[in-house]
Amino acid sequence: MPEQLVFAMEVILNGLMAGVLYALVALGFVLIYKASGIFNYAQGVMALFAAMTLVGIMNGQVPFAHLINAIFGTHIHYFGWNVPALLAIILTMGVMVLLAWCVQRFVMRHLVGQEPIILFMATIGLAYFLEGVADLMWGSEIKTLDVGLPQGINLWIDETTFNIFDYGFFIDNLDIVATIIAALLVAALVAFSQYTKQGRAMRAVADDHQAALSVGISLNFIWVMVWSVAGFVALVAGIMWGTKSGVQFSLSLIALKALPVLMLGGFTSIPGAIVGGLIIGVGEKLFEFAIGPLVGGATENWFAYVLALIFLVFRPQGLFGEKIIERV
Amino acid sequence: MLDNSEGYVTEDGRKIGGVVMEMKNITLRFGGVVAIKDISFDIREGEIRAIIGPNGAGKSSMLNVISGFYVPQEGEVWFHGSKRPQMRPFEVAQQGIARTFQNIALFEGMSVLDNVMTGRLGYMKTNIFQQAWWKGKAEAEETENREAVEKIIDFLEIQHIRKTPVSRLPYGLKKRVELARALAAEPKLLLLDEPMAGMNVEEKEDMSRFILDVNDEFGTTIALIEHDMGVVMDLSDRVVVMDYGKKIGDGTPDEVRNNQEVIDAYLGVSHD
Ligand SMILES: Nc1ncnc2c1ncn2[C@@H]1O[C@H](COP(=O)(O)OP(=O)(O)O)[C@@H](O)[C@H]1O
Ligand SMILES: [Mg+2]
Repeated sequence: MPEQLVFAMEVILNGLMAGVLYALVALGFVLIYKASGIFNYAQGVMALFAAMTLVGIMNGQVPFAHLINAIFGTHIHYFGWNVPALLAIILTMGVMVLLAWCVQRFVMRHLVGQEPIILFMATIGLAYFLEGVADLMWGSEIKTLDVGLPQGINLWIDETTFNIFDYGFFIDNLDIVATIIAALLVAALVAFSQYTKQGRAMRAVADDHQAALSVGISLNFIWVMVWSVAGFVALVAGIMWGTKSGVQFSLSLIALKALPVLMLGGFTSIPGAIVGGLIIGVGEKLFEFAIGPLVGGATENWFAYVLALIFLVFRPQGLFGEKIIERV
Repeated sequence: MLDNSEGYVTEDGRKIGGVVMEMKNITLRFGGVVAIKDISFDIREGEIRAIIGPNGAGKSSMLNVISGFYVPQEGEVWFHGSKRPQMRPFEVAQQGIARTFQNIALFEGMSVLDNVMTGRLGYMKTNIFQQAWWKGKAEAEETENREAVEKIIDFLEIQHIRKTPVSRLPYGLKKRVELARALAAEPKLLLLDEPMAGMNVEEKEDMSRFILDVNDEFGTTIALIEHDMGVVMDLSDRVVVMDYGKKIGDGTPDEVRNNQEVIDAYLGVSHD
């Protein structure tokens, strides 16, 4: 087999795995957008907040320690215990549900029926507020996150591919695990929305508020639920990216990676988010591999956006999005 | 007037029970517009109660007050003998009051079957975790609800479109699907806002038959708004007549038909 083709295969594999993570972040957007028509700018900050909370709980950090110390003149920073990863993840999920409730109770509930642009601006405010709260609660320094996910090169794949192609693929164990978890999560979300009572109610709310009310569905409850699910997705994304590159502000920028995915897949389609994520993931890695060296590299920064823009021209509703029909 | 609290028996021999719902001195304003002006009336168990009146009379507003979509500035709503606290629409629905809308509110992205299934959400008791871990029980519940839904689908003769996305249906069938969804909830009180508006004669006859059958077979109490005097006279046991937010008549179709104020209001309407 020609050498270039073997390299390309490795690139595609890595691209697919990056794509699953993009899909996961995009899914958080799609869920909220479908159920409430809100484009949640804060999705990325929610991932950052979740990751910081997880690290803080695991390390036994005292929340708001700086604030407490400044007010009371104390010097507390740590409780002096460590919380096991699984328990900490469950506790963090509890925090995300609480956050969902607060967002609904104190912000979104008062904006029902407003223009989408106003809802969007509210989520921008939410993003900055949440970022501030996260810093105040847990401190703004860069943290490492280790919940025990395997990391480093997968030797089995390295050896196997070496025996076949005379060239060992470099695939990170963390990427493999992330792919599996993300795939499971996506499957669980689809099953949830298709087969459970709450999922049915969620689809109903996404479709028509009035009709949903008339069959006894509480919009508030569904919205808290949807924000909680988005919080869960943010937590999973936060764990993956936080483990990979540390828990720091840039983690919130992964949300920007979801934008082209959404343009490609459509804002309202779960399968669209998945396929869109994979196309962007593979596309940007392949482009960097094939064209990058000719143009001086770093194409990954802009390729996704250009691809999405080209796509937008020909199919504005995205791959699977609902057709945009002008109502007269 | 029939105000015997024990109820009465209709000419065709149906037994009408005591009062299930009573509206007391309801007033509803939108800014300067008074949509409902100090109106009282009641609905008895098992009866078909019509609300009629010209366009803009406040009929839909009244239905919206009953179903919790509008909150009146004054007045009380009594349900099953006790004063109802202020409730949101989904809470009213959970109390067994189902409704349809004048401008059809269906889940356009779902099939007919899925739409009707949403009417059963209140009967689905197992939660997410039970659904995940205790598959047997969730499946039994699903089957039970499916059977109830299929019965209603047969009853309203919409088997042939069960799997069709609602968005592809013609207007008349959409109205019927909306009725099916409301019926799926097995309501104690069914509110229909102009169930026959925009239908041709044949469709109107079908719909009338369905409404009578629902009342007859399930004993469902029905309050309906209708524009067409003729239809109302055939269908209903008692009629409330509204005009410009006021109640101008209340009684059996015959009583209402001979009421001078009602005749005037309707003559006024036939001129525009
Ligand atoms: N949501 C609303 N906001 C403002 N005005 C309303 C609203 N709903 C109804 N109205 C007004 O109340 C009056 C009665 O309307 P409606 O109850 O729809 O009449 P009907 O159903 O008898 O045709 C009308 O003047 C209408 O404009
Ligand atoms: Mg009306």
